[in-house]
Amino acid sequence: MNFDFSDDLKELREQARKFLRERCPSSSVRKVLEGPEPYDKALWAEIAAMGWTGAAIPEEYGGAGLGHLGLCVLAEELGSALAPVPFSSSIYLAAEAISVAGSEAQKKAWLPKLASGEAIGTLAVAEGPGKADVRKLRTTFRNGTLSGEKLPVPDGDVAHVAIAVAQGERGPILALVDLSAPDVKRAAVETIDPSRSHAHITFEGAPAEPLGPAGDGERLLRRVQDRAAVLFAFEQVGGAQRSLEMARDYALERYAFGRPIGSFQAIKHKLADVYVATELARSNAYYGAWALARNAPELPLAAAAARVSANEAFFLAAKENIQVHGGMGYTWEFDCHLYYRRAKLLSLALGSSRLWKDRLITQLETANAPL
Amino acid sequence: MDFDDTPEEAEFRKGARAFLDKTARRREPGEAGVYRGGLEKPEVRAAAKAFQAKKAEAGYAAITWAKEWGGRGGSAIEQVIYNQEESKYAIPRGMFDIGLGMCIPTLCTWGTQAQRDRFAKPALRGEEVWCQLFSEPAAGSDLAGLRTRAEKDGDDWIVNGQKIWTSGAHYCDWGVLVTRTDFSAPKHKGLTYFFLDMKSPGIEIKPIRQISGASHFNEVFFENVRIPDSQRLGAVGEGWKVSLTTLMNERYTIGGRTGTLVDVDDVLELARKVELEDGPALKNEAVRDKLADWFVMSQGLKYSHFRTMTALSRGQTPGPESSIGKLVTGPKLQAMAAFAMDLMEQGGVITDPELAPMAALFQQTLMTSPSSRIAGGSDEIMRNIIAERVLGLPADVRVDKDVPFNKLPTGKR
Repeated sequence: MNFDFSDDLKELREQARKFLRERCPSSSVRKVLEGPEPYDKALWAEIAAMGWTGAAIPEEYGGAGLGHLGLCVLAEELGSALAPVPFSSSIYLAAEAISVAGSEAQKKAWLPKLASGEAIGTLAVAEGPGKADVRKLRTTFRNGTLSGEKLPVPDGDVAHVAIAVAQGERGPILALVDLSAPDVKRAAVETIDPSRSHAHITFEGAPAEPLGPAGDGERLLRRVQDRAAVLFAFEQVGGAQRSLEMARDYALERYAFGRPIGSFQAIKHKLADVYVATELARSNAYYGAWALARNAPELPLAAAAARVSANEAFFLAAKENIQVHGGMGYTWEFDCHLYYRRAKLLSLALGSSRLWKDRLITQLETANAPL
Repeated sequence: MDFDDTPEEAEFRKGARAFLDKTARRREPGEAGVYRGGLEKPEVRAAAKAFQAKKAEAGYAAITWAKEWGGRGGSAIEQVIYNQEESKYAIPRGMFDIGLGMCIPTLCTWGTQAQRDRFAKPALRGEEVWCQLFSEPAAGSDLAGLRTRAEKDGDDWIVNGQKIWTSGAHYCDWGVLVTRTDFSAPKHKGLTYFFLDMKSPGIEIKPIRQISGASHFNEVFFENVRIPDSQRLGAVGEGWKVSLTTLMNERYTIGGRTGTLVDVDDVLELARKVELEDGPALKNEAVRDKLADWFVMSQGLKYSHFRTMTALSRGQTPGPESSIGKLVTGPKLQAMAAFAMDLMEQGGVITDPELAPMAALFQQTLMTSPSSRIAGGSDEIMRNIIAERVLGLPADVRVDKDVPFNKLPTGKR
């Protein structure tokens, strides 16, 4: 039995943790949250220079070829630090989509730039509030041009390239679009978590190219989402763990009724439940990592379980962290709200738990997977 | 990252399988292997003893024990591997776990060499069965509140009082017992620990009828029961310390057993069969939502267990993730049973296995699941343990810690 990360990857995790503690304290997150900058450009440049952006991209396309287990380890630390950079959009979504569905030419054109951090990518699915049903999308792809609106697009205001999901002539299709084209209009939108920027993008007949075979968009999107779900889950586990630690630390130092509030069972039991949810999410994420790294047939089920478990754990940890902090937790000054915002943001980033639970049960129905 | 055995582990597993194939029958698909199931029947106990003798002979009865105690001197991962393999066979399980998991390790830690020589091997071979006499009607989660009295009389002690929740007391040969020997000392300081012959005069055993209708536990009454002082483990007044040896082993014994009566796949199977107003229950969104929650818990526990095994396989101490199983499983069992019965609407009340779906599995589980949230550390105690030992939160304020035991309030007056 060897169901854990290798010593090398644990060492990488330790390095990442140290680096982010120093370079990405909550003041950095707040700077993006409160200021005009859409992301922390200096941090992004350093992360890219250390090779994190290229961690799972093969060496032939300019990556570090560290594999997806390495990326999982980094994701956990980025989630723990709430790193205000377009890492998830560019790497979990765009780079994965191009790796999964792209032609050799597309991979050569974009993966090296994404690996080096020189270009930022994203995936554009949603078209306003409500379920983004790929068969009912209003954005169309016809004769090499893309038309329609996408809202919200994570990092859509800063990205250089987007993979847009659209209606093609033969059904749903993934379209790769260069966002610098004049027929692309974009504006930042306000969201619950301004430490991660989002945009409203309008395509007015923008030149685009198909990513993957026509009519195969739905299947490809699912594959990309399954892969991204595992990586997001690690970010969420990192955020849940950090929220739990904040609550624990505060419960030890805050006194009420003559004793630390952490000595009251009402607080102890609450935090024990958060711990249990976080450990379950971690174990589900580990299984997702195993399936992702091997490209195993179990990936859709493992990814759905990791996603549902991580959504639950991070939001629980973040909301109870505020609760344990009492009134102070509701102030702008304390960091609790940064985690609360991010928890809800990430739980919607790839579709809600409602959708992923349905996907999970569909897997059990069809695959007859062993429990 | 993989789920494979190391070459040494694979070799060990092969050996364990060969032994089991030779000695036992593989369970049929769907054949339940209920922990401690059927032990009320003498023929099941006889079969359990016969298997245990062969298991000891082959060196699998106490894999992690030191060789000087009659063990194999093996590793924790080997014990886990053996348990995994054994659980696939139709073997009456659970009869010796309390003795070998808790009583004998305590005796070997605190007793004399002569006592180890006398008791360890017969227990390993299943010739002598042990029980644990700890809990009392007024001392459950608060074990140190126990009041069974032991008084010195020459070279003997005379015991009076009552124990409860003793599994298998009526067929056990020996027991470990915690008593109070000093009522004027604070509660943790007046205890003394013994082992005794369960056939001693003055012991009366009465089965307790559980809410499920079954009787797996007993009340044990002591009336002037004599125990030689040579059967005392640890010093007089040090019984709490000795008890902790037993209790630390309890967590391993209980946490180590795998397989529950019902899991999410059973509810899934039911949901395939049941028709709701809008079609099969499995197509109903509320049903899918619940099933997904339980699946995620089951999978999370499964892979937490694999993380624990990985630590053991690497010769490391498992992390705190190994402590969550009981707290997740108990409430989940109860919730699944109740929800499955909801799917049957009014017919869900029927317990006749001929009439109720899946031979009344869920109705039975509804009635047995409360005990999984209480036995071996209640949900509340498990949360305290996680909060204190894993998260490092302060222990409860103890108003009774330094007060003489006979000055403590014992109820509403």
